Amino acid sequence: MRPPPRGLDDEAPRSPGRVTTSAAGAPRESVIHTLTAVTDLVAQGSGPWINFDVGLFLDRFWANTINGLSYGSIYALVALGYTLVYGVLQLINFAHSEIFVIGVFGVYFTFLALGFQPGQTPNVPLAGIIANLVLAGAVGMILAGVAAVILERVAYRPLRKRNAPRLAFLITAIGASFVIQQVFRITRGSNPEGTIRLLPPEPLFRIFGAPVTNLQLIIIVAALALFVVADSFVNRTRLGRGVRAVAQDPATATLMGVNRERVIMITFLLGGLLAGAAALFYLMTIPQGAVFNGGFLLGIKAFAAAVLGGIGNLRGALLGGLILGIAENYGQSLFGGDWRDVVAFVLLVGVLMFRPTGILGESLGKARV
Amino acid sequence: MTATTETERAPSSSGGRFGELSRWWNARSRPQQWGLLVPVAAIIYLLPVLNPPIITTEPATSFPIALFNAAVFALIAIGLNVVIGQAGLLDLGYVGFFAIGAYSAAVLSSPDSELGVRFPWLVIVPIAMVITMISGVILGTPTLRLRGDYLAIVTLGFGEIVRLLADNIDPLRGNRGFQDIARPGGTYPDGSPIFTQNDAQGFYWLAVTIVIIVLFLMGNLERSRVGRAWIAVREDEDAAELTGVPTYKFKIWAFAIGAAVGGLSGTLFAAQVGFVNNQRFDVTTSILYLAAVVLGGQGNKVGVVVGAFLVSYIPDRFQFEPEYRFLVFGLALIILMIFRPQGILGMRQHLLTYGRQAYQKLFGAGTGVAPTSLTPSSRPAGEPAEAVPDDRSGSRPQGGGE
Amino acid sequence: MVRRRLAAAGALVAAAALVLSGCANQSGSGPAQTSAAPAPAQPNNAVLPAGDGQGRCAPGTSIAYVGTLAGQNAALGQAIANATELAVNQHNQANQGCQVTLVKADSGGTPDTAVGPTQAVINNQAVLGIVGLPFSGESKAVGPALNAAGLVNITPSATNPGLTANGWTNFFRGLGNDAVQGPAAAKWMQGKFNPQSICVIKDDSDYGIGLAQAVTQALGPQVAACQGDVKTNQKEFSATVGQVQQANPQAIFYAGYYTEASPLIQQLRDAGVQTPFVAPDGVKDEQFVVNAAGSANGSFLTCPCVPQEGFTAFTQAYQQAYNTPPQTYSAEAYDAATILLQGIDKGANSRPALLNFVKSYNGQGLTKKFQWQPNGELTDTPVYVYRVDGDKIVTDSPITG
Repeated sequence: MRPPPRGLDDEAPRSPGRVTTSAAGAPRESVIHTLTAVTDLVAQGSGPWINFDVGLFLDRFWANTINGLSYGSIYALVALGYTLVYGVLQLINFAHSEIFVIGVFGVYFTFLALGFQPGQTPNVPLAGIIANLVLAGAVGMILAGVAAVILERVAYRPLRKRNAPRLAFLITAIGASFVIQQVFRITRGSNPEGTIRLLPPEPLFRIFGAPVTNLQLIIIVAALALFVVADSFVNRTRLGRGVRAVAQDPATATLMGVNRERVIMITFLLGGLLAGAAALFYLMTIPQGAVFNGGFLLGIKAFAAAVLGGIGNLRGALLGGLILGIAENYGQSLFGGDWRDVVAFVLLVGVLMFRPTGILGESLGKARV
Repeated sequence: MTATTETERAPSSSGGRFGELSRWWNARSRPQQWGLLVPVAAIIYLLPVLNPPIITTEPATSFPIALFNAAVFALIAIGLNVVIGQAGLLDLGYVGFFAIGAYSAAVLSSPDSELGVRFPWLVIVPIAMVITMISGVILGTPTLRLRGDYLAIVTLGFGEIVRLLADNIDPLRGNRGFQDIARPGGTYPDGSPIFTQNDAQGFYWLAVTIVIIVLFLMGNLERSRVGRAWIAVREDEDAAELTGVPTYKFKIWAFAIGAAVGGLSGTLFAAQVGFVNNQRFDVTTSILYLAAVVLGGQGNKVGVVVGAFLVSYIPDRFQFEPEYRFLVFGLALIILMIFRPQGILGMRQHLLTYGRQAYQKLFGAGTGVAPTSLTPSSRPAGEPAEAVPDDRSGSRPQGGGE
Repeated sequence: MVRRRLAAAGALVAAAALVLSGCANQSGSGPAQTSAAPAPAQPNNAVLPAGDGQGRCAPGTSIAYVGTLAGQNAALGQAIANATELAVNQHNQANQGCQVTLVKADSGGTPDTAVGPTQAVINNQAVLGIVGLPFSGESKAVGPALNAAGLVNITPSATNPGLTANGWTNFFRGLGNDAVQGPAAAKWMQGKFNPQSICVIKDDSDYGIGLAQAVTQALGPQVAACQGDVKTNQKEFSATVGQVQQANPQAIFYAGYYTEASPLIQQLRDAGVQTPFVAPDGVKDEQFVVNAAGSANGSFLTCPCVPQEGFTAFTQAYQQAYNTPPQTYSAEAYDAATILLQGIDKGANSRPALLNFVKSYNGQGLTKKFQWQPNGELTDTPVYVYRVDGDKIVTDSPITG
């Protein structure tokens, strides 16, 4: 169904400038309008490079929703890490995606250490599988948590001590991100690690005809549970109060006896732990995911999710992650698989036009107490 | 201060003492400055011919091409510096403009293009700049009402969208790309063309010349009303608005001018490589541009040229050890940033048209640079509590002295 | 505090899990060995890098690998670089009188980054020939410079048909291009499945796009009405899976590389789609089978390369040297390097001499017979179908023209 190489002369004047028009100019309308505007512009005459497959969209609606929720949960857990750090330090922790990758490798190495071999689906009783998964998840979480704390020590604290401008943090984060990626690439090669899958997906039941697999159920429930834990940690514990205090007003918090450095450490640790958990779920969904640059796109999406929901706001990160996961899935059914990321970014831009601080608004400090 | 271009480059490697150097430099009269600049510029032009040992990237990668890439990078950094350093707008999608420039050149001259035209390079350049400028306005119009990090993520999204559209839309050929893009004409006295792919010397000289011209123009712009408005927006957007600066308009100007320079660099890049596809226009590249600006010292156009040179040059210099070059690069970023958090040259603040004279009157003859702790508030004024509240409140009003 | 508590919990869980299942895992693992079909022997007249051991050449004579070594898609580049290095090492060991140096240049895999290192290789007068560049995009970018320098280059993996249409006299392709493999694959699918509909899914690489276009054209728009797109490095394919479920085709053709093919086929099979899966040489790699964790079983792979099961000597040497089995295009790179080394052994001591040697070369390699048309395409490129059987890739049948 490819167009003939010539004969698109009516399309010809669409130089890159026009393309940008569609991408950036459209988002003045509502989100849906944005999407249709882009589509209309790009898909004139049932455009050859973009589909508008309403049939597939409706057909896959519920399957996409469930799948989007499950994938969105992973986004949400990673987004929590961005949001926590942003809430406390007003800093985009660009190396957070690499913390996630450390978690992924932590989980993977635990699988290897437990005796699983790449390539097979092992024959272990369910209880054993769950125990293995929990163990691997715990290792991944601890590794990612510790890595996040070390990252803070090495890349951010020296800058804080020197009162560096904010963008300097961004650059060390990028440097750290390069270093972590390259260490994995040099030691483990650039191929993904061999697949180890403990739990193949089995449909458990159906919602509106769409199957829900055991994996999806586990991931959604576990992610929600982790979110509740993180949320109540921040909102209900003494340490969490410290975190909120620093987020609101670091100077006053320090005067009131809050140890700012410790709060920062705890924030990074918490973000790392959640990223580690996300790593486990990611590797369960996509067993081919253990690769040195595997965190990059996911990290950007998770960051987008955090902004979408309102950066600095825990509930916003959850909401943003889920919405992004679902919207992406709808979008790729509607427009075709290669439009997935475009949909995600256009959605983000569109939402920010109307709610400039994200859906739920920002501020960890002002989070409901 | 346009002309300060190259002098400060050499000492930048020796570390420290930038403040004194800058002060000394600013104390010179214009003719003296020119007298020093001309030989420095000559050396820079002659670099590919001199091919100095230790500095050269050969034999691992061609030194003229590495230099050309560094010069293009410098041009990009100057453009991005208008957006980030001058107007204080955090743009993570600058690569989008670079891409639009490169694609304009490709679509307007490659035989693979469905337009079927072959414009000469010199015709393409203004067209591409206008196209990118328009796209800058189009991106800016809705998004510049956002502040701080929201702007960052939206621009990042824009950069990705441009890249993905180049991938998804068939006439833009995605990974297949456009071959045989027009190069500038011109021949050496012996008849051989100056601008070829395998001999980047001509391209390097062209790029350096463009960099110098753009530096001049930017210097004049900085000292103009526009430049003062940008600095006002950067320092305190609300206060600027209150004092009658149409901030929104000037922010869009910053975006458009930055975009045009990005487009110019894109056409230069496309002409030298002669081939454009969707690779290279990713977020990582965009972030490297940002790194060049921050590393060099945002707001200081000489600084960003130095920063761009380093960001482009370090991976090339370590090309002989390809396995480890990005590791080295990452470490270098961290270390440089920790030791020079304000950037290699730090920010200069030309708040006044006759900044130098004013500084001299205020602080005595020796002063001329911004304090190190003074930060380019990419954080706009309206945001909640400072991340590091105790660090800069006292230093902001001053104009000079490291 | 949190950390301590969590660490304690982690330790507890660890202990419990180890007791529960550690032993069970150990005993249940270990690759299940399926008996592979009897392998055809390596073509016994294949030219190997060692040659006759009588090679003579000037000290310092070099060949180069130009291609990606770090960064994106580096795995493919590494495999090619390793195979080239292996060939050079074997050659040097056998030919004391001719010690060839291998120059490795990292092109970064993208057009813009490839220009500098390639130019450096051109400037290095000791380099007489190049194995590379691996990707079509970068090949297009540096082609004019290499051609101007008259430096022979044999690409082991760039399959864009347009590369040989530029009039470059120094460019040789060590494998069949998309225009050869695509129609052959389509023809084979038509014979095998007698399809009403086939889903053609492509990635966004030059390779994937070109191949999908060739296959779609050969199948006709009716049969190949179902077209899917995926992106390089994509890992989650629910949309594509949904598309296939809705179209319910007789076969799926995936035009792309193994990195995306493994999760794709796994997610297809997990969703209950048992449609036959056909993929090209970019997927024909042990990694595909391992990473699909059983889901790849029964897939068909087309490849313009002769069966490789017989290359035991090469496979073993490669495994021994790099601690990993050879990957897609490793054998092609080995052959390409061998041809250059042969030329040097036979006295080609300058770039024009080596270029002429390659131009008129006619000999058997591991992967196929090498003889080039004037434009740089091979005269004869057999396409074979392979099949994944258990955890092995075995030969299915040749596609006869």
